[in-house]
Amino acid sequence: MYAYDELDRTLINERVSEFRDQVKRRLSGELTEDEFKMLRLQNGVYLQLHAYMFRVAIPYGTLSSKQLRALARIARRYDRGYGHFTTRQNIQFNWIKLAELPDALADLAEVGIHAMQTSGNNMRNVTSDQWAGVAPGEVEDPRIWSEILRQHTTLHPEFSFLPRKFKIAITASEHDRAAIKIHDIGLRLLKNADGETGFEVLVGGGLGRTPFIGKTIKPFVHGRDILSYVEAILRVYNQYGRRDNIYKARIKILVHELGIEKFSREVEEEWKLMGDVGLTLDHSVVEEVRSRFSYPAYEKLPHMPDELKQAAHDPLFERWRKNSVFPHKVQGYSIVTLSLKPVGGPPGDATADQMDAVADLADKYSFGEIRVGHEQNLCLPHVAKRDLPLLWKALDRIGLATPNVNLVTDIIACPGLDYCSLANARSIPIAQELTRRFANHDTADLIGRLHINISGCINACGHHHVGHIGILGVEKNGEEFYQITIGGRADEGAQMGTLIGPAIPYAEVADVIEDIVEAYLALRDRPEELFVDTVKRLGVEPFKERVYATR
Amino acid sequence: MTSPLEQKKIKLTGPSMVTANRTWDGVVIYRTAQQGWSANLADAAVVRTSDEARALLAESIADDVGAIGAYIAPVDVKDGGKIAPGNLREHIRSEGLTIDLLPVPA
Repeated sequence: MYAYDELDRTLINERVSEFRDQVKRRLSGELTEDEFKMLRLQNGVYLQLHAYMFRVAIPYGTLSSKQLRALARIARRYDRGYGHFTTRQNIQFNWIKLAELPDALADLAEVGIHAMQTSGNNMRNVTSDQWAGVAPGEVEDPRIWSEILRQHTTLHPEFSFLPRKFKIAITASEHDRAAIKIHDIGLRLLKNADGETGFEVLVGGGLGRTPFIGKTIKPFVHGRDILSYVEAILRVYNQYGRRDNIYKARIKILVHELGIEKFSREVEEEWKLMGDVGLTLDHSVVEEVRSRFSYPAYEKLPHMPDELKQAAHDPLFERWRKNSVFPHKVQGYSIVTLSLKPVGGPPGDATADQMDAVADLADKYSFGEIRVGHEQNLCLPHVAKRDLPLLWKALDRIGLATPNVNLVTDIIACPGLDYCSLANARSIPIAQELTRRFANHDTADLIGRLHINISGCINACGHHHVGHIGILGVEKNGEEFYQITIGGRADEGAQMGTLIGPAIPYAEVADVIEDIVEAYLALRDRPEELFVDTVKRLGVEPFKERVYATR
Repeated sequence: MTSPLEQKKIKLTGPSMVTANRTWDGVVIYRTAQQGWSANLADAAVVRTSDEARALLAESIADDVGAIGAYIAPVDVKDGGKIAPGNLREHIRSEGLTIDLLPVPA
């Protein structure tokens, strides 16, 4: 966990007072909506279909149990008793009242949480690997660098009025769980030949109506230079990024139009011109930030405790353990994913009671720490293996032990037309129907790893382009239709999926996905061949034939 | 169901109303014929021409303190004059979510 200092606390509290005054002036008519809109967006407040939506930042997806309880209180006191975890490790509340928002922000400030830069054309919440600091083989904890970037960019005037929103993700593992290749800037932590810490820097990734995979702009930037190099990229973007057309304003368009070589030259020139602007990170600065992260006092525990050996006889426990429990860097401990994808439930939602219960379980079994992953699940990062059987039972009692992590029902979905004012079609009911179709866990196990991503419009909040199966809602003559892509992936081998054919109506989506999955089971050359690898080997044609032959 | 946020011209395809969200709490509201707002769709003023719609929208937008994000949306006028939402978006705004939520204790 990162401990905020006095400066952070003052900044957050001042922001609450400022927003309280702004809301008061808005409600009295002193501020018009045109004047107020940017101010509310800078505090994470959107207007959606039914109400205001309030997006709260969870920097690099790390929460303390105290903070999670505060989020539960917000859900209970100011909303309808639940919240929605997003694909950028944030949480959204869908029914908040503008008049009560300052109080909600004040409650959050008490535990060091805020909503700054969760919206607007600025640097958004820096995201990272939900296993940061505990993943075996990690170069080092990427949250140190996420926090440095967060501190530098928060309320930075030069980054507060960018041409468009700007998203950075950082990973420090070979397997990319932070989806860095679909971010405006993706940072991969690595060591050079001299053992020095630095970053491979990628730029220009993103989804939306014009999707691009990020390109490497510099294979190694020393850690001490990362702030100045990122700033050089942002300066070039700020200068040349298009402000005349919202659809062409993201950095990915600039990188695409200039070409990565020219863009790279521009950044290098800017970087040189900047010279020493005080952004070089002294070792002591990095160590100061590092020192504010606390790590558990792990016990020396056996690799295979008796409790785990005994529990292994229970097939239900074993099923859950196999897809929800992951290796930890410390012997005797595990990382546990808590599925927020119950059969028939809205993906990523958690009730206030569930949040409170998870906070209690985190205190009991995970040193009071919780993580949020971009897959819209939670994670307990430090669970002793001996405690896994008891934890599993406790999670099962609160509906958070669905054994479907990384399987076909672990669906990523945006809020869609049930909530979102931008959506053309619904996402959540499609996800719910699919979880019912594939509710049999034996079938899901047989299918193996398969990521379905659903977006209710081209803005792609459900990351449909990079789903193994991507589902995009569109509108045709007032009706909901869905385009299906297959073969996408968001990890280190990130690529966009390929469209299989014409859009299909709402009522047929679940049937079509079943057809695609059945085709895969018939086509894979061995049970271990993942869906996405079968698509890579055979292309989309066999799947297309299966879907459209009878339609 | 093109987003009303992308609405550029006023071109009616049938009977329409003006809807918005109430400023202080965000609740869905409808412009009434009495130049006020109601949370009940049945109270909405129905317009049938572009000029009527333009006028209704203009007076709705003028109430910047009371409402936010006013736009024109289609309605179905049933036999007997009962008003129903004219598309899925408005159905969801009027009737609520189409999904099952996680059970939340009362």
